[in-house]
Amino acid sequence: MQPVWDWFRWLNQATGINLTIFYDAFDRTRFASGFWMTVKLSVICIVLSILIGILGAWAQGSRHRILRGAMHWYIQAFRNTPPLVQLYFFYFGLGSLITGVTGPLVTNVGWAIVSLSFFAGAFNVEIFRAGIEAVPRTTIEAAASLGFSRWQTYRQIVFPLAFRISLPALNNNLINLVKTTTLAYAIAVPEMLYVSSQIWSDELNVPVMMNVLLLCYFLLVGIVVWMMSRWERAVRVPGFGV
Amino acid sequence: MTDSIDPIVEVRDVHLSFGTTEVLSGVSFDVRKGGVVCIIGPSGAGKSTLLRCINGLVPINQGTIRVARFQVNALKTDAEKIALRKEVSMVFQQYNLFPHKTALENVMMAPIHVLREDPKEVRERAVALMAKVGLQTKQDAYPGELSGGQQQRVAIARSLAMRPEVMLFDEVTAALDPETVKEVLNAIKELAREGMTCILVTHEMRFARELAHEVIFTDGGKIVESAPPAELFDHPKQERTKAFLSQVL
Amino acid sequence: MNVLLPINLPKPAASAPWRLEVSHGVILAGLFVVGCGLAQAQVVPGQPSVLDTIAKWTPVLAKGFVFNLAISFVAMTIGTMAGFFLGAAQISLLAPVRGGAWLTMNFFRNAPWLVLLFYCMFLIPFQVTIFGKTIPIPDWTKATLGLALPVMANVAEVVRGAIQSIPTTQWEAASSLAFNRRQALWMIIIPQCIKRMLPPWMNLYAILTMSTVLASIVGVDEMMTQTQRALSAEARPGLLLAFYSYVLLWFFAYCYPIARWTVRLEARYAVRQ
Repeated sequence: MQPVWDWFRWLNQATGINLTIFYDAFDRTRFASGFWMTVKLSVICIVLSILIGILGAWAQGSRHRILRGAMHWYIQAFRNTPPLVQLYFFYFGLGSLITGVTGPLVTNVGWAIVSLSFFAGAFNVEIFRAGIEAVPRTTIEAAASLGFSRWQTYRQIVFPLAFRISLPALNNNLINLVKTTTLAYAIAVPEMLYVSSQIWSDELNVPVMMNVLLLCYFLLVGIVVWMMSRWERAVRVPGFGV
Repeated sequence: MTDSIDPIVEVRDVHLSFGTTEVLSGVSFDVRKGGVVCIIGPSGAGKSTLLRCINGLVPINQGTIRVARFQVNALKTDAEKIALRKEVSMVFQQYNLFPHKTALENVMMAPIHVLREDPKEVRERAVALMAKVGLQTKQDAYPGELSGGQQQRVAIARSLAMRPEVMLFDEVTAALDPETVKEVLNAIKELAREGMTCILVTHEMRFARELAHEVIFTDGGKIVESAPPAELFDHPKQERTKAFLSQVL
Repeated sequence: MNVLLPINLPKPAASAPWRLEVSHGVILAGLFVVGCGLAQAQVVPGQPSVLDTIAKWTPVLAKGFVFNLAISFVAMTIGTMAGFFLGAAQISLLAPVRGGAWLTMNFFRNAPWLVLLFYCMFLIPFQVTIFGKTIPIPDWTKATLGLALPVMANVAEVVRGAIQSIPTTQWEAASSLAFNRRQALWMIIIPQCIKRMLPPWMNLYAILTMSTVLASIVGVDEMMTQTQRALSAEARPGLLLAFYSYVLLWFFAYCYPIARWTVRLEARYAVRQ
């Protein structure tokens, strides 16, 4: 790999494009750790927000008015307030309340995961809810007529169909989630943007680092899009216009 | 119509209103085991609603419905209704197959998950049922790849897989073109000849004449006239029946 | 479908439309009071109460909020205008124009808003000289431009979608009346698009308003920075929860009505296929 790094050193000397993240070992490890932190945040938040979405969509269809009302307010609260302020609320606000004997119980990374998962989860609840409501009532009637219980109907028939219907909107939301992980910068989580800002203040190569950053986010978003389209193709039902 | 043997379906003085609209106003009739009853009448007369009351999908306001040993109007919990639906199966106008499962899987699903039968046995039975409705080559096709008539036959096979006592057919040929209507009616004819108790809401008058033991004409939520087909179609007693028949025949 | 069921079935309660009512405001205020109560519980006697502190800082925060709104208006205007052209460029008959527009749109759509903000803050010069006059570009202008970029990309997507949803028969009618392509687009097609673009556009505005707080991270003086100044001036940990809840409430009170209005407009202008 050393020749590759040396080429970048030459690139800097020849053209002034200073990509220290390649030829400088310290910057290289810093940037890699930032990249992996972004990936980690994205993956964990995607999984958690989908879980929140599934549970929330189930709760929104429940027969209990209080549960339905609570879900409605959760969604409206998280959709109509800035995610950055939500992050501050969790980290500074709740974080200052939940302090253990030897310092804070939840790290800034932890609060970032909590905040972003609830933020994306609120959108997912609506997306899954729309998918569930798009399953024709008559299909559910047919299942009931065959003797399926409510839970069986949800698990065997409603959810598989609702999920397929929701995939495009879910795809969109997950891409937004990957982009929103940059907000963790504000609470000093060492994700890609934070690490890059440290690098460019040290090395004074702001434009280059900015472009690298943008390219990396394209890469991540591109990977998510690719995986989602693979998934969509895998669960596609022939003849069903979904 | 009533026999010395207890009828398998007994509907007595059923009233049902949605809000202020009265859909069923005092409907009563019996169906004996192995009987084929066709319900005809203008749209909006509450015929489909009546079928849905018989299998417990829609609760009634007044009256009683008995199917085999179940008092349908008294069923409260989901578990009780599920027990009822193991005896009564319904086939819908829009087939309502599960689009994400193949035809064979559609037929197999309910016996496996609801009746908890052995999947291997269920599969054998499902394959036989698919052959019975003439679709043995379409087992692995998804509903989206099948024509309307084929989907409807899969729906019939799916209902048969539950080995019901009574089958309800809700205008099952209304969404099909004339050629495919024949396919489906032939399948139902087979069932009737084998002794299945069938209650059909239908517009197919020739079918009713050929197969029904009793034809019931409803209008405005009430039974206007009920008689064996030869009598009802050729010598209707009520004016409204005459008016309706002159329009559709 | 169910031909025989009567048409006027009563709707189940779960799908009744939610309207903004006084009860919502009461619930919000209630949550705020609970939050303050929690904070008040941490107050040492002798210090002013939480509500007093918040009331003291409210004028400053309000001015900050107004500045957020100003940024949102300017960014939305610039972004919308640019977005229209970018969206129209995507259906251009010239392949390079189409390709370039598509690339630009996806470039700004797939980039995180905060990164674009940093981009503009660092790379736009702090002053520019045109025709001998030196115009300083303050931080908030750079931030506004930084926010206008993703708005432009999203508006372009909305415009493109709306234009493509107008049936081709409209284009045919226009050309048979001797309109050239540009006239057909701007005089016939786009006016029809406005209605169906309104809900997603309003949704975008709500997202933009909430994103204006990002400007605090890059050093622009708006409501968030004022809040952080207030908190460090007061230096009481108990106030963190109350102040951040307060800020959330301000944004909620502004964005929630927009969201409800958008839902109503969506229902009215739903594209009937």
